[in-house]
Amino acid sequence: MTTMAPDAGTQDDVAYEAQFNAAVTAEERIEPRDWMPDAYRASLVRQIAQHAHSEIIGMQPEANWITRAPSLRRKAILMAKVQDEAGHGLYLYSAAETLGTSRDELLDRLHSGRQKYSSIFNYPTLTWADVGAIGWLVDGAAITNQVPLCRCSYGPYARAMVRICKEESFHQRQGYELLLALSQGTEAQHAMAQDAVNRWWWPSLMMFGPPDDESAHSAQSMAWRIKRHSNDELRQRFVDICVPQADSLGLTLPDPDLTWDEERGHYAFGPIDWDEFREVLRGNGPCNEQRINQRRTAHEEGAWVREAATAYATKQAERSRHGYRAPHDPQQGDTQEEDIA
Amino acid sequence: MSTADWPLWEVFVRSRRGLSHTHAGSLHAPDATMALRNARDLYTRRSEGISVWVVPSAEITASSPDEKDSYFEPAADKPYRHPTFYEIPEGVRHL
Ligand SMILES: [Fe+2]
Ligand SMILES: [Fe+2]
Repeated sequence: MTTMAPDAGTQDDVAYEAQFNAAVTAEERIEPRDWMPDAYRASLVRQIAQHAHSEIIGMQPEANWITRAPSLRRKAILMAKVQDEAGHGLYLYSAAETLGTSRDELLDRLHSGRQKYSSIFNYPTLTWADVGAIGWLVDGAAITNQVPLCRCSYGPYARAMVRICKEESFHQRQGYELLLALSQGTEAQHAMAQDAVNRWWWPSLMMFGPPDDESAHSAQSMAWRIKRHSNDELRQRFVDICVPQADSLGLTLPDPDLTWDEERGHYAFGPIDWDEFREVLRGNGPCNEQRINQRRTAHEEGAWVREAATAYATKQAERSRHGYRAPHDPQQGDTQEEDIA
Repeated sequence: MSTADWPLWEVFVRSRRGLSHTHAGSLHAPDATMALRNARDLYTRRSEGISVWVVPSAEITASSPDEKDSYFEPAADKPYRHPTFYEIPEGVRHL
């Protein structure tokens, strides 16, 4: 529910802050109408909005292949996945709105470039195998990031993440299955799968964000129990999960330094090209412009649908005010039957 | 009403017969019919429900989180409302 915090100024903020900190430390959830520090609110809006934007921008690289899916089965799967990502965006926009911002404001900030989305979606999907690599690696990295967010201190965000995580596991599995089919196919198909993995591996590792010693928001986010694990911790977890999975696929990961480190009990991996990461973040990735232009165009070209729905609703409301009764709509019948059911 | 003023609706889903509707989330829609359809697409893509309610968020009256302690306190000192309050001799059955 969208409601504002109690009036600031009229209350004793120090006492409220102590109460807030105690609740967070006790692993209680903060709910929309609870008092919260302004910085906590702002930090959540920033993170949830960026997350929501990533979900809807993330629809583009994959939607690119819907019309060219190699079978009806694959096409139906891909449409369902892309539709899920739209749904994830909507859950998250709703969660952000409980903090006192509005949907229009958030979309505005995305369209004007004032709020970011995950850099991973600024890479192109060159072949059908990219759909598989995205499902396995990009959704896989997202899941590694998101599972701990299900226990985030802010209730609406945590609840949205629970729904999202449930849906993500199909995304990852369909990608893995797709890559496996290609890997076990003809020589050309195998090569296509390997090429896609080669291109998506490093950007996927970048999805966990900058190394811990350079991460601007991490410490505070951890103290507020928004974040549970550091970027490097999650990245390591992801690498450890992926290595044996790549093995089962019959594919390799494009890192000559990837070796099992007996002492640490983890896989060691080569250095990440953070210059590339910063370039893409700065707007100079292969598809930054295309993604944001397509988003703006979709929004503008959809305006007439929103206006029509608004006009219809206004007209209906007008009529019911004047005592006009709309003809019975059989599709609405089940609301009444429902009471008996 | 402009698009920006599309009201917020709270969505409640009954997952199966015999269970009550549970809050699933919220969405924006221009009217109740659209809210219902959007709720179906958004919250029941995997057969999560057999019935959906949508309620304008503005129509919900909620207790204030500020007074949560004092508001619910009257129940706290009445343990005799719970069956465990009562001591029954051992061996007494079906009670
Ligand atoms: Fe998603
Ligand atoms: Fe996904």
